[in-house]
Amino acid sequence: MSADRSTAAVAARRDERTPAATLEFDGVSKRYPGASGPALDNVSFTVPAGEVCVLVGPSGCGKTTAMRLVNRMIDLSDGDIRLDGDSVISRDPTTLRREIGYVIQQIGLFPHFTIADNIATVPKLLGWDKKRIQARVAELLEVVSLPPEMAKRYPRQLSGGQQQRVGVARALAADPPLMLMDEPFGAIDPITRDRLQDEFLRLQREIRKTIVFVTHDIDEAIKMGDKIAIMREGGHLVQFDSPAEILTRPADEFVARFVGIDRALKRLTLRRLHDLEMAPVPAAQVGDDAGPVYERVAASPLDELIVVDGEGKPLGRVGADRLQAESRVPDSRLDPVGVTAPETWTLRDGLAMVMTDGNRPLLVLDEAGRAAGVVTVEQLSGALRPNGSPAPTVPERGDPEVSA
Amino acid sequence: MTGVLSVPLLLASANDFSGAFKFIGNNPHLLLTLSGQQMVLSGAAIGAAMLFGVPLGLVLGHLHKGSFVAINLSNVLRAVPSLGLLAIMLALISFGFLPAFIAMFVLAFPPILTNVYVAVDGVDPQTVDSARGMGMSPFGVASRVELPLALPLIFAGLRTAAVFVIASATIASVVGGNGLGNIIFNQPSYGLAGVLGAAITVTILSLLVQGVLLVAQRYLTPRGLRVTRARGEATALSVAPGGAENLLAAGTEPA
Amino acid sequence: MLAVPGAVLPNFGQTSSCVRNNGLFCWSWFSQHWSDTFGPAIGQHLVLTVIAVAIGFVIAMAASLVAYRLPWAGAGFNVVFTLVFTIPSIALFELLVPATGLTRTTAEIALTSYTLLVMFANFVTGLRGVSADVLEAAEGMGLTRGQRLRRVELPLAIPAIVAGIRVATVTVIGLVVVAAYVDNEGLGVPILQAIQNSSFKTELIAAAVLAVLLAWAVDALLVGSQWLLTPWLRSRRA
Repeated sequence: MSADRSTAAVAARRDERTPAATLEFDGVSKRYPGASGPALDNVSFTVPAGEVCVLVGPSGCGKTTAMRLVNRMIDLSDGDIRLDGDSVISRDPTTLRREIGYVIQQIGLFPHFTIADNIATVPKLLGWDKKRIQARVAELLEVVSLPPEMAKRYPRQLSGGQQQRVGVARALAADPPLMLMDEPFGAIDPITRDRLQDEFLRLQREIRKTIVFVTHDIDEAIKMGDKIAIMREGGHLVQFDSPAEILTRPADEFVARFVGIDRALKRLTLRRLHDLEMAPVPAAQVGDDAGPVYERVAASPLDELIVVDGEGKPLGRVGADRLQAESRVPDSRLDPVGVTAPETWTLRDGLAMVMTDGNRPLLVLDEAGRAAGVVTVEQLSGALRPNGSPAPTVPERGDPEVSA
Repeated sequence: MTGVLSVPLLLASANDFSGAFKFIGNNPHLLLTLSGQQMVLSGAAIGAAMLFGVPLGLVLGHLHKGSFVAINLSNVLRAVPSLGLLAIMLALISFGFLPAFIAMFVLAFPPILTNVYVAVDGVDPQTVDSARGMGMSPFGVASRVELPLALPLIFAGLRTAAVFVIASATIASVVGGNGLGNIIFNQPSYGLAGVLGAAITVTILSLLVQGVLLVAQRYLTPRGLRVTRARGEATALSVAPGGAENLLAAGTEPA
Repeated sequence: MLAVPGAVLPNFGQTSSCVRNNGLFCWSWFSQHWSDTFGPAIGQHLVLTVIAVAIGFVIAMAASLVAYRLPWAGAGFNVVFTLVFTIPSIALFELLVPATGLTRTTAEIALTSYTLLVMFANFVTGLRGVSADVLEAAEGMGLTRGQRLRRVELPLAIPAIVAGIRVATVTVIGLVVVAAYVDNEGLGVPILQAIQNSSFKTELIAAAVLAVLLAWAVDALLVGSQWLLTPWLRSRRA
């Protein structure tokens, strides 16, 4: 039910969506007075509207500098940055910033504002009327999955993860065509970070903003980015490509070292279990005739029957030997369902799970929890070989719009 | 209010002040004697306050206990006006050194106790922890780690106490605590020139004491802390009603 | 019959035996003189205090805003205010007399001077205490300098600002007692009167205790106002 509501909300939002902006860096340099070398050295790249561009590199590589040049928190020395073709240099910095969402690692929520007031900061600066602001705050709380009663609380009453969601909601408030995010999940524990990343990717599929995302974590870059800009000390842009391209064909030794010797393994994170051709699940309901069911079990890589309920959700397993001795699919003394994996898992997660489970084939569930297919260790390790399965041309996000 | 400070008034006051300096030149012995008496009274009160306040603050701060008393004592007692306190001493005890001394002690004790407590309580727990981890005894931790690190703030408390006490000791002559107040409160005998001369003398006295304490603080502060000395000073006088706590609540996180 | 050793009767109407004996505290005398002596004195005391703190607040706030932007100016203010603070109160009052006479102006100049250091130090600490992340976020969202000051920096400095006002106010209430030497107003007047009247104890204690109670009451009022002004500090932490 909540799923229906949010799809309706998404559809409603889509109609009034501000178009995302194209961001161009054109020969951008930044030199600080007194510094020996440039902080950013002749950097050019273009982020197409609606894509996530991750700036990644070791500390001191100029990635944060590059980001802060966009909303003119600092001013560039050379070159130009254009938003939909218009140079940011010609813009008044404060008005420019109100059109660009800004999320920082430390979040920087105003401790003396309620959550609602925090989110309403930019709309108020832009002079929206009260009703519109209220409606927008309510909508955004829903978008970032916070309960409406949070609106009246103060930031210190929220957990770190909740605060970061408010930070994202606040940046989205005026529906900016561009968002800048400086290590937004950097100060959050790994488990919460993973969840926030997933949530953010889901959100981005709905809102399709142009996003510049800064991180020092190559795994996060691979996970979040449509494009990755790898930078190195001295403010050099070394490679600007899709994650798959960077993992398959690193531009030089630096990139190869930076993405790590496990880059083949990392490529597994670009694809998800439902992207594989899964074998059908040998499933049956209690009381089904055991004969034909046994044949399906025998043909499956999974050497067991998965007993499912009326909706297709697994209830338990029955070994092939026992099934052969029964005339009907039994309803008692089922083996536990055991290890399963959601289809949205990356191949890397799937492989890890299979390997801890004794290399047995993995039962994959769809989002409703129904048995969706079976994946084998051979399939997963086959994806490791660069030529065994072609690197995906588009990073798979499970979004039908991309392939359409 | 600036309009009041018009030129004729300034000229008149210039005249008064030259009389004041003449008075100082003509009565060095009297002024020195009274200054000495005032310093004895102030020194005795501050010394007694330190005798009790420093160990108590050290122990409470070391144990991180009694913050309510240690911090609020200052807030509550600050509200007692020095002249009001002297008046009460006069009513309870009568004239003399003793009521003046007790009043000065009551003024000096809270800032000393509070600053020692806040200083020791605020020593970085990691520093204390590593000292204990290396096998220092509680006494060693208190005397060799907490006390030296707390010194700047302790001195700030001492300087605050000194400002209060020297100022109040001037007034204490109304209850028989001898000092430069003997002249200031006796205009009929010494004239305006005498009153102003004594006022100038006591101002110099107070500034001198502050200077000496500042130099002493610089000497006694561990070298590694001297870089942050300026900041310690700035916050010193703001160790105020709940100031420290509230400021902490505003909270800054290291980047 | 009148001969009570050491005590000359205060010349305030008829006298009770408590007053004649200079007892520690004579309630009847106190209540008789509430409306002609103590009530008005409290009123004057408050007026003197409010004027000094108000003027001091304006000066200290202006100075702290300058110091916030220009640290070197802050160091200068700090030196000046510290020097002024170090001058013993009675000395400062007397030193102003040649210029401004035995007036309320003299009292206010000195009283105001004493508020500056405490308020200035607290205001600057409060402004500097605003977290860099919050300021970064405010700037990044497009708040102008003035908006950042009004909507973010000053509100967040309220606890420190109120702390400064509290210390300044309580200090001034104490100093107004001394100011009675140069300006015949406030609760210092009955104290001086009582000292001249052979240490009339009731009046000494009444005025001193009232001054303390006044300071506590005003302080409580300020604590209350801070509570009202900072709703975000009332809530429990997550």
